[in-house]
Amino acid sequence: MAKLNLVQALNLALRQEMERDDRVIVLGEDVGRDGGVFRVTEGLIERFGEERVVDTPLAESAIVGTAIGMAVAGLRPVCEIQFDGFTYYGMHQIEAHATRLRWRSRGRFHVPLVVRAPYGGGVRALEHHSESREALWAHLPGLKTVIPSGPRNARALLLSAIRDPDPVLFFEPKALYRAFREEVPEEEETLPLGRSRIAREGGDLTLVAYGAMLRPTLEAAEELSRQRGAEAEVIDLLTISPLDDTLLVASARKTGRVAVVHEAPRSFGPGAEIVARLVEKAFYHLEAPVARVTGYDVIIPLFRREAYYLPDVPRIVQAARRLLEAP
Amino acid sequence: MPRTPIEIPESIEYLSVLDETGRLDRDLEPRLEEGLLLRLHRTMLLARRFDERLLSLQRQGRIGTFPPSSGQEAAHLGAAAALSPEDWMVPAFRELAAEIWRGRTLESVLLYNAGFNEGGHIPPERNDLPIAIPVGSQILHAAGIAWALRHRRTDRVAMVFFGDGATSQGDFHEGLNFAGVFSLPAIFVCQNNQWAISVPRARQTRSRTLAQKALAYGIHGIQVDGNDLLAVYAAAAEAVGRARAGGGPTLIECVTYRLAVHTTADDPRRYRTEEEVESWRRRDPLPRFQKYLADKGLLSEEGVRAAEEEVAREIQQAVERAEEAIKALGDPLDLFEHLWAEMPPTLREQREELIAALAARGGEETHG
Ligand SMILES: Cc1ncc(C[n+]2csc(CCOP(=O)(O)OP(=O)(O)O)c2C)c(N)n1
Ligand SMILES: [Mg+2]
Repeated sequence: MAKLNLVQALNLALRQEMERDDRVIVLGEDVGRDGGVFRVTEGLIERFGEERVVDTPLAESAIVGTAIGMAVAGLRPVCEIQFDGFTYYGMHQIEAHATRLRWRSRGRFHVPLVVRAPYGGGVRALEHHSESREALWAHLPGLKTVIPSGPRNARALLLSAIRDPDPVLFFEPKALYRAFREEVPEEEETLPLGRSRIAREGGDLTLVAYGAMLRPTLEAAEELSRQRGAEAEVIDLLTISPLDDTLLVASARKTGRVAVVHEAPRSFGPGAEIVARLVEKAFYHLEAPVARVTGYDVIIPLFRREAYYLPDVPRIVQAARRLLEAP
Repeated sequence: MPRTPIEIPESIEYLSVLDETGRLDRDLEPRLEEGLLLRLHRTMLLARRFDERLLSLQRQGRIGTFPPSSGQEAAHLGAAAALSPEDWMVPAFRELAAEIWRGRTLESVLLYNAGFNEGGHIPPERNDLPIAIPVGSQILHAAGIAWALRHRRTDRVAMVFFGDGATSQGDFHEGLNFAGVFSLPAIFVCQNNQWAISVPRARQTRSRTLAQKALAYGIHGIQVDGNDLLAVYAAAAEAVGRARAGGGPTLIECVTYRLAVHTTADDPRRYRTEEEVESWRRRDPLPRFQKYLADKGLLSEEGVRAAEEEVAREIQQAVERAEEAIKALGDPLDLFEHLWAEMPPTLREQREELIAALAARGGEETHG
């Protein structure tokens, strides 16, 4: 097995799926000759040609809107939006049509579309290049919102996303693009969409995270183990919507103490939905109020103050301690 | 019924006053007074040298990613110079010389690029919006500002900048359309620098020019040599005058070139040749304008040297002042500011929470 970083793993998924299925088309700004500004589509145009790897004019609404048409007419478009801050130009097409055509046509049509975009902070970027707005998308019925947490699951989830019969928003934690490598098998590996996983087992408390926040959450779990012998179970959501609450509810019933970690702003964020599920499904097992360790309800500041905004290991550990100390 | 031709204007003009060999068309030469010409030169030189300094600061890790503007100074400065201070300017993000012309301090640019939101502050005397990164989105704001200016019975105008890539966005077309329908005092300045990151101008539109898009919206359009400060100024002055007089909007396409990287995260060798860049370096707007001034007897070699020294000093002082200012910034709690006129209770709670979290760390700086 090769050790790949997130960029290489995503590239592998695209390459293999394009080889396997000639309906797959990659389109977006700078995805061809430049190989994408993060190089996720590197080498694809050389391999598959300009008809399948398309540098489009600069228009996200058109990228998404035409991709919807392609998807309806039998292709499997994978759009790259350069940063999540520019997905909004395409949001109307997703809300108004991608998520509805199956429903509106009573099953006659469906939209097997993938929209990939880097999201999240931590890379000293400009405004609009660091936000974490997955909750906006998770709120749309008919759209799957997927966020991998490492190279191996990213590759497996992207394959599933491309094969999925319905539209998928695929948010790539850009802070992880080159942060670390993992063994990624060359042979095909998929993971089901809409399923979370246990990233670390433990019986004393539950930490729920996803995307770039998984790593600090796992580190916090190690620190809690070292500091106080408390073992945290860490749930990695992988798909934000539709949310799989089976593992987190089971874990909450076991530990009674739960914290949710995300870099998105707190109010109406993914954590709010998770808390609601726990109240609905594990209320009588909870021994402490569910904690949310999140971004604040502000625009993420420019990079010199970004670290104050982003949840980090000390903030997660602090919240976990409070949970453990609750009577 | 037979097919009958519909009469629509079929041509637009290309304007060049001072060509790349330094030849001047005296009939077209705008009559600018000496002082103004020299101030324009100084601003152009300052912007160029400052841009180069920013690049080296970025390479040293002292500031973050930014979009260099070298090579495009004539295109945006020439246009902005046709505005009066009471007019409005709506930038994209590659208009350094124009922003400096309008009064933006070098320190503010430095703070912004060093990752401090403080660098975005616009002082009350400047009728300019801050930069807009989502490509094309600001075009509509300029139309709206122009609308308000007319509604309020002023004779002011709004000028907006954007790139060739931006002309593919719906916002561009919608902005031109609104401006045309309501005959707004707006000037749309496209800096066609041939590239939108790695995507060439030919991939943005099949049209021969960008300027001709004006025809479809029934507004004035002109293409100018964007590396010729005089041509850009002349076209902009005409458009501003017309807009002020109630004659409606204009689209100006400035044909120019981005000599440097798209941003400091970009590697242009992946998509364009050194020969192409070289061919545009020969059309560099700065030496061309200097030659014009020299031919007019306004700028000697000695004068250029003196101006170089002056801007070098100004830049050095700005860098030092910005570094000094930065020492007093960095208060984490600033991240809660300026979002609302009045901070809502939830946010006040979150602010308290950050204060407590920082205190729990023993007040030590955990982030650099
Ligand atoms: C809506 C949107 N999409 C994508 C980007 C990323 N991006 C930044 S600049 C740029 C190219 C812009 O080209 P152009 O309009 O020609 O301006 P230039 O950069 O050449 O000055 C792109 C794709 C963005 N900032 N906004
Ligand atoms: Mg351009």
